[in-house]
Amino acid sequence: MFDVVIIGAGLSGLAAGIRLAHFGQKVCILERHTVWGGLNSFYKKDGHHFDSGLHAVTNYAAPGSKRGPLGTLCRQLRIKLEDFGLEPQTFSRITVNGASIDFSNGLDLVTAEVARAFPSEVDGFARLCAASLEYPIATIDRPFASSRARIREFLSDPLLIEMILVPLFFYGAATEDDLDWDLFVVLFNSVFREGFGRPRRGIKQILDLLVSRFEESGGEMRRRAGVARLVVDEGRVTSVVLDDGSVVSGRTVLSSAGLVETARLRSDRPADDLAESIGPVAFMESQHILASPSTFTPCVTFYCNGPSLRWRSPVEPVDLTSGVICAPHNYQHSTAPERQTIRITHLANDAYWTGLGASDEAQYAASKADWVARSRVSVEPYTGKLDVKYTESFTPRTVRYYTGHLGGAIYGSPHKVKSGKTDLSNLFLCGTDQGLLGIVGAMLSGVAIANANILGGAR
Amino acid sequence: MSESEKVKSLILEIIGDIAPDEDLSAVDPAVRLRDQLDLDSMDFLDIVMELRKRHQIEVPEADYMRLATLDGCVEYLGPKLQARLSA
Repeated sequence: MFDVVIIGAGLSGLAAGIRLAHFGQKVCILERHTVWGGLNSFYKKDGHHFDSGLHAVTNYAAPGSKRGPLGTLCRQLRIKLEDFGLEPQTFSRITVNGASIDFSNGLDLVTAEVARAFPSEVDGFARLCAASLEYPIATIDRPFASSRARIREFLSDPLLIEMILVPLFFYGAATEDDLDWDLFVVLFNSVFREGFGRPRRGIKQILDLLVSRFEESGGEMRRRAGVARLVVDEGRVTSVVLDDGSVVSGRTVLSSAGLVETARLRSDRPADDLAESIGPVAFMESQHILASPSTFTPCVTFYCNGPSLRWRSPVEPVDLTSGVICAPHNYQHSTAPERQTIRITHLANDAYWTGLGASDEAQYAASKADWVARSRVSVEPYTGKLDVKYTESFTPRTVRYYTGHLGGAIYGSPHKVKSGKTDLSNLFLCGTDQGLLGIVGAMLSGVAIANANILGGAR
Repeated sequence: MSESEKVKSLILEIIGDIAPDEDLSAVDPAVRLRDQLDLDSMDFLDIVMELRKRHQIEVPEADYMRLATLDGCVEYLGPKLQARLSA
């Protein structure tokens, strides 16, 4: 009998596991796949190493920083900030309808860019920056408040409003067309105030650190141990049944599988429970390893070709009118990177990709290759022509397979449960559907839920 | 080491593990820890939890304020530590 069974060895599950094991709880993390990391994992293909999802670590803090989400996280996990090996970005760019502003870590560059391109909005932008200092409490549920409505209290130029919103939608909006104001505040700070860094050796550097902290704290991780069913009796989870039929028992169960995904594991709920809460926002992503160096300079480029972002599942298989272009080699590296890779992200239609994948494997592969090629051409106005030697890509179907996220929804359900509580007394949620996002957010989610619901007291 | 020095050093040892970047060499025992060190409420709760883990001392929430200064810690934790050692 474990004190706590955690479903999923992603960033949130591992962080929760470290906290709980550190304070003497007997913890077991169950992971369906052979490799840990969940949405943010790593793999090797044809001799090339890839991060499955890493764009940027938001909430950047320089070594020595004590404050901010990353400082809090390091103290909670007893990890030294330097050990994350984060290298800061140089600068990133937002382009909407042909107009651009640049930003870097801290608010200085973006403030100067707003003054250059939108002189009449300087005061409003300053007020927005000040208002964003009021962080919501991570574990308190509040009703949805429209950011599109709220931002007009600060800014009036629709182009600038869109420029501020585009990166925030791409880095965390699970809802269509709008995002919750609490989430806006969290994302605004993590993207603009704190900014971007990347671990020198990719996501594996962070994951290795978490796994070793978890194990040295006395925690146990079981891989190839997918959860098939949560047996519920009299308002409690009484046992956890694995894919192979074996049973694990825990006094408390902490699930990072997602809101809908967790409900559907329960023996007292139907297999199609909460269909209306499946996330609508899915992506196609491709990584292009370059054969010769590119002259493209921003670390991350967020763009929307038209005047307003269409943030919803597209009618077509992939929406090429907006996207994110990442160039990891443009960060301020201490040593020159071994290769240049360009990562391109677009909104995608989950039903198309998952449906095609289920019915016709050859057609799926052909359509994927076609859309990846079209994506590459579609970003040439930003990147110039890319000399590509190897391409790797994923669709919503891939995300569904590797993470179990229904709808291939990277940011999970539009319904977040910030308290992490469920109607069962010993079942809690952490991770994406708890409402904190990004790499630092995911880890903080595990910490906050472990503190508030299991260790007792701390928020 | 006197009883009060013992309590001070175990508290500073805990703070040093939670916040390794803090300089603990010149902490004034009469001044609130939060006023001299960069500790937030989460760090403070961790001190309480580490006391439970390392020294089996329970501090109920109503008594948290008594740990605000090192002198307060000595006054509050000293008898508890003594009781545990002689038990």
